[in-house]
Amino acid sequence: MSPDIIFAGVVNGLMAGGIYVLVATGLTLIYGVLHIINFAHGSLLMLAMYAVFFLFRPPLGLDPYLALPLVTAGAFLMGYVLYRGVIGRLSHGRDENILLITLGLSIVADNVALFLFTGDTQTIGVAYAGNYISLGPALVPLPKLISFGASMLICALLGLFMSQTDMGKAIRAVAKERQGARLVGIDVENIFAVSYGIGIACLGAAACLLMPFFYVSPSSGHVFVLIAFTTVVLGGMGSFGGALAGGLIIGVVESLAGLQFGEQLGQLGIPLVFILILLLRPTGLFGRQ
Amino acid sequence: MSKRDHRPGVTRRAFAIGTGALAVSSVASPLPLRAQAGPIRVGLIHPVTGFVAYNGQQSRLGATMAIEDVNKAGGIKSMGGARLEAVLGDSQSKVEVGVSEVEKMNEAGVAAYIGCFQSPVGIAATQAAAKYNTPFLIDVGASDLLVSRGLKNIFRLKPGFGKCVDDGIAALGALNKAAGGAAKSAVLVHESGEFGTGTAKLLAGKLPSIGIEAKELIAHDNPTRNFDNIALRIRSMAPDIVMMSNYGNEYMLLARTLFQQKINVAGMFSVLGGGFNYKFVKEMPDVAQFMMDTNHWFNPRSAAAQALKKRVEAGGALFTFEVYLSYSNVMLLADALERAGSADKEKLTAALASSTFKAELLPYGPTKFTNGQNEGGRPGVMQVLKGDIEVIAPAEFASAQAVFPRPKFT
Repeated sequence: MSPDIIFAGVVNGLMAGGIYVLVATGLTLIYGVLHIINFAHGSLLMLAMYAVFFLFRPPLGLDPYLALPLVTAGAFLMGYVLYRGVIGRLSHGRDENILLITLGLSIVADNVALFLFTGDTQTIGVAYAGNYISLGPALVPLPKLISFGASMLICALLGLFMSQTDMGKAIRAVAKERQGARLVGIDVENIFAVSYGIGIACLGAAACLLMPFFYVSPSSGHVFVLIAFTTVVLGGMGSFGGALAGGLIIGVVESLAGLQFGEQLGQLGIPLVFILILLLRPTGLFGRQ
Repeated sequence: MSKRDHRPGVTRRAFAIGTGALAVSSVASPLPLRAQAGPIRVGLIHPVTGFVAYNGQQSRLGATMAIEDVNKAGGIKSMGGARLEAVLGDSQSKVEVGVSEVEKMNEAGVAAYIGCFQSPVGIAATQAAAKYNTPFLIDVGASDLLVSRGLKNIFRLKPGFGKCVDDGIAALGALNKAAGGAAKSAVLVHESGEFGTGTAKLLAGKLPSIGIEAKELIAHDNPTRNFDNIALRIRSMAPDIVMMSNYGNEYMLLARTLFQQKINVAGMFSVLGGGFNYKFVKEMPDVAQFMMDTNHWFNPRSAAAQALKKRVEAGGALFTFEVYLSYSNVMLLADALERAGSADKEKLTAALASSTFKAELLPYGPTKFTNGQNEGGRPGVMQVLKGDIEVIAPAEFASAQAVFPRPKFT
């Protein structure tokens, strides 16, 4: 492979990794605070993508990037209400119940989407879809560059929120020691709901950034979720830095392995890295012991 | 081309409710009723959920419309006006589920099956149906393995990918010759299943016969998130033609990526391109422009085809190949039942084997089954021109002159 191709492959990998980061950040936040794997993650991403699709269509005709604040806020609300109204209520304080409830939510959401929207694939055609930026030998489609930049920005803002605000500090306190947090007067149930809401808000943002170059169908959310799970484990369960590094590493490994070994064999690159990390550092890159 | 604004979830929902009710009524229908009125049960097995759910739903739409039409026209007259009754099955895009649907429908007493869209599901399901000697009509399913295993119960009205590849290659060769041999090399991008791999291998084997070298075959999984690297490899190999064999979502993503990456080629050509349809052209007219496909197509000069197209579009759906192929298969079955005068499996199989059914929606010759494959079936070659899909071959159905090589990106 020529250096030009390798460079372009790395750029492509980083662009893909940007989206993996955002999807994985929501997942790792939910895991870090609630200590559960959110099986509804893919389905909720799919619902957010449908929201972007319908906002884009007439009569609203809202560009997906302009829709980002709206969809992100809507996704937060949906996550918050889901936790308050369904997950928290039915879990009875047991983590394994939450796991099953999110799995159930996923099945319900997928099938409701199939019933309402049919299995038809939907896309949106934005005017700038064909625009691109030359980065040396790599041609980067504008929507992918925007999605990468926005994803990094959202992660930075989320990091600031977690470190600088009272709510962020309360979330971190609950993640570290929920009984202790309760003892100092933190409303732990509210923090759970807010954390779940933020995790789903990340999906709302990811949906807005994805739709200009991807499609939505009732099963499209799951396309990204398996890789998000891998990213979270690679980076360290519950670690923001881990999700960021993990997403970008997965994107680049996937890209270079695909170039070197072909798209099918190249997919082995991700599980190989995954296995190596588990062997050499089972807590993930940034996970706590 | 349709100018309709296709709003998902409104009339299709009504359709789903309707077909659901049909399914419930068919399952709930007590057996004694069958003895009295003699409804003939037809098992429809399609992937109405899963990653090709749209295609399966389109097939179901075509088949149920045809059943409705047969019944409205008085049913099977030689059987005292017996009505057709759909027994709906969902393969979920899974081989084992397709087989279990065959078993369930056998219990429900179906006279014949129609399905299955995906070749691997069809191969297993037809094998299961063979145990009961029940006729199985392949409405969509490209693999030639479907009809080459010596099973007497299988009938495929449409051409298989062998025929589609042959006709596609012939058309591409003629185009290239007329363009003074503008294309000398090709890269083939295909999905990694039976359909994509089989088609790509056949194409690669036949390309040298028209003076085009197959530089590389690139396989990808379903679903694929990102085609940027495949675009990169194509750019580095600089082929004259990109040939694609993929299902709908990947077809569309690949086409869009190649367009975004400004890959300059003389032509983008597919055989049975999963995403080559009106929806793709409507939603991405710039991407679709000049793309070519060899595929199942309706006869644009058939009044019946145009009337059905209007009905389908009036219901908010698209007139995709699944619709008219599944519709035609129900009509083929109805014709065989009419001639057999019985739903007896042996008589029905014999009637299908000797069928000379006129598939009036399709640009086919007279039906003649040889080892279950209709020798009269043939594909069309289409190109997207000015935001519409035009037939460019065969000549007797052509609606426009092909543009080859396509204009380059500036």
